[in-house]
Amino acid sequence: MSNATASSTTDPGTDTTNVADRDKARRWREGGSEPLLRVRDLRVTFQRQGAEPFEAVQGVSFDVHPGQTVGLVGESGCGKSVTSLAIMGLLPERGNKVSGTVDYEGTNLLELSDQQMRDKRGKDIAMVFQDPLSSLNPVIPIGLQVTEVLERHRGMSRKAATPVARELLDRVGIPDPDRRLRDYPHQLSGGMRQRALIAIALACQPRLLIADEPTTALDVTIQAQILALLKELVEETGTALVMITHDLGVVAGLCDEVNVLYGGRIVERGDRHDLFAQPRHPYTNGLLASIPRMDAPRGQRLVPIPGSVSDNLPWTSACAFAPRCSQPIEVCTQKMPELEEHHQRALRCFNPVEVSR
Amino acid sequence: MTPSPMDPRPNAKKDRIDSLAQTAGGSGATATAVKDVHVGAAGKVKDTGGVSLIASAWSRLRRNPVFLIGAAITVVFVLLALFAPLIAPHDASKRLPQLLENLTPGNIPGPMSGSPLGSDEFGRDLLSRLIVGARQTLIVGVFATLFGLTGGIALGTLAGAFGGWVDSLVMRVVDVMLSVPSLLLAVSIAALAPKPSQWTVIIAIATVQVPIFARLLRGSMLAQRGSDHVLAARALGVKQSSIVFRHMLPNSLGPVIVQSTLVLATSIIDAAALSFLGLGNPDDRQPEWGQMLGAAQGLIQDYPHLAFYPAACIIVVALGFTLMGESLREALDPKSRR
Ligand SMILES: Nc1ncnc2c1ncn2[C@@H]1O[C@H](COP(=O)(O)OP(=O)(O)OP(=O)(O)O)[C@@H](O)[C@H]1O
Ligand SMILES: [Mg+2]
Repeated sequence: MSNATASSTTDPGTDTTNVADRDKARRWREGGSEPLLRVRDLRVTFQRQGAEPFEAVQGVSFDVHPGQTVGLVGESGCGKSVTSLAIMGLLPERGNKVSGTVDYEGTNLLELSDQQMRDKRGKDIAMVFQDPLSSLNPVIPIGLQVTEVLERHRGMSRKAATPVARELLDRVGIPDPDRRLRDYPHQLSGGMRQRALIAIALACQPRLLIADEPTTALDVTIQAQILALLKELVEETGTALVMITHDLGVVAGLCDEVNVLYGGRIVERGDRHDLFAQPRHPYTNGLLASIPRMDAPRGQRLVPIPGSVSDNLPWTSACAFAPRCSQPIEVCTQKMPELEEHHQRALRCFNPVEVSR
Repeated sequence: MTPSPMDPRPNAKKDRIDSLAQTAGGSGATATAVKDVHVGAAGKVKDTGGVSLIASAWSRLRRNPVFLIGAAITVVFVLLALFAPLIAPHDASKRLPQLLENLTPGNIPGPMSGSPLGSDEFGRDLLSRLIVGARQTLIVGVFATLFGLTGGIALGTLAGAFGGWVDSLVMRVVDVMLSVPSLLLAVSIAALAPKPSQWTVIIAIATVQVPIFARLLRGSMLAQRGSDHVLAARALGVKQSSIVFRHMLPNSLGPVIVQSTLVLATSIIDAAALSFLGLGNPDDRQPEWGQMLGAAQGLIQDYPHLAFYPAACIIVVALGFTLMGESLREALDPKSRR
């Protein structure tokens, strides 16, 4: 299990294609099952006094089907976290405007009251954050932080919840769970803390889990373990997973479908295998070229994407990626490319990468 | 530094409280920043925060002479106060025959065997009165600080938990209270009481402390509100009340508790000042340092030692609490961690 993840981490989209996996992904796409989460034209604008309003998310749309794992990929500052916080209704109360729809099983989460949203969070939709240490309350033992959710959403007493909490810690692979229940967060290792957070998030068996860079703060071997655990748990429980990451290796090992974000908009979407085998957007292509691949010829250099996010053009009048693009054409700086869907792929580009194979 | 009771710049006072809250609230951010460096350098998450912070603070405090002196003074003072009746050589409220023998309108007897500091103006043993006075001083200081702390925590929690207009309202009231020099406010409140007593002093001083604690707590509560673990708790749908009382408040109390050792020093000085002005317990069978100082006022020309001893006690004890509180705060401030 962890082997498979580890190898595909360094080896995205090669001939190890799992046919059954791909079929499953196709079914979500074609089978017309109702999506669990349907995000449409999500926009988040931050307004600060004295500063220009800043649109961090500019009309993002994607679906998550029951049991599906969807990746949101993009570099720092492209709006991944803001998207997830907007879905969860966790953006600060003031200073921002959210529009669009976030349908979860047919209800628009953006229209729910605070109280209704609190009842959904942790029970129907849960979230795992990037930094496992600061995401745990330092003054409360781990056990209490697990039972807290169980008490809240499953109406259990502390006493009834404790064995369940123990079970959960055991399930996520924390050794000696009885002792760990009484431990404080700083007494656990980084990997164990993240395991504990996953246990807490999955305590009430949510149907959707959003993981915002859950492995970024961990070292590489632990990363692989945590990803393997996540994969195992979502497969076992049928939980749909939105995996937010800037690491294509993570996506390769885990996701059925991948959305690539750039500057607050989706620039490419596709089935994991198709996307890795045949990236069409120069940005996706650049991302793939900038990570090491096992199947690349020896001596081939890694190619970083030149420039940084600060070079972006505004999407309204151009392609934001144009200044950093490897193959810009004239029109790229004159108007905005639309996201066009074809053959289960979506692409926002005037001059896509040639299909090679 | 102990804020001088007559601080002419109320805004300086406010800023100071806010910066205190910030150092405390910033601890989370600083810890994260430090940790990010570790992540980058070693690819591993280092353990920070929690008990390790307290443990490292303690290891530094143990070697800090300022803290040790402050703590020693405080411990001696507290022991004296607790066991005053056992330690005092005589009954502090009784006139002693051997002192009365020499007491004439023109002469207050000085040190003699059995009475190392001599007599007070009524033939009572001065040393015993000082020792028993420690108890009154401790009672006033501790109760005033406890009440002030309670009130401040209540107001600060209200403001920090709800935010919005509740926050604005509470903080305006707090600002108004802070804008009046604290001793003046305490004097006014104590003067309102129909009959001066120890408790009017306690209540007056507690009232003056409420805004200090409220502002400090509100600051660190606001910092907690934006912290990752509160966001994580919100992401789990945890009830608002649990978020406030389980996740925000316990993590915000540190600076407030540390500050209370400093405030104890001010309240001892303020209590002495109120008693000195005759706003404290008028019954001199229960001696209190400020009250003794007030009584010695008229005799200061001929018998300066009667004023010197209680004044010295007040200064030393206030200094002890200040040294201890100041080094505690420094030790717990993540910015000063070495
Ligand atoms: N509360 C806020 N107020 C103003 N701007 C914000 C706020 N939160 C985020 N932003 C801005 O929104 C943009 C997107 O931020 P976001 O946190 O979603 O990035 P990200 O894709 O998650 O990056 P990373 O990989 O670093 O986590 C950034 O430019 C950021 O500065
Ligand atoms: Mg982020």
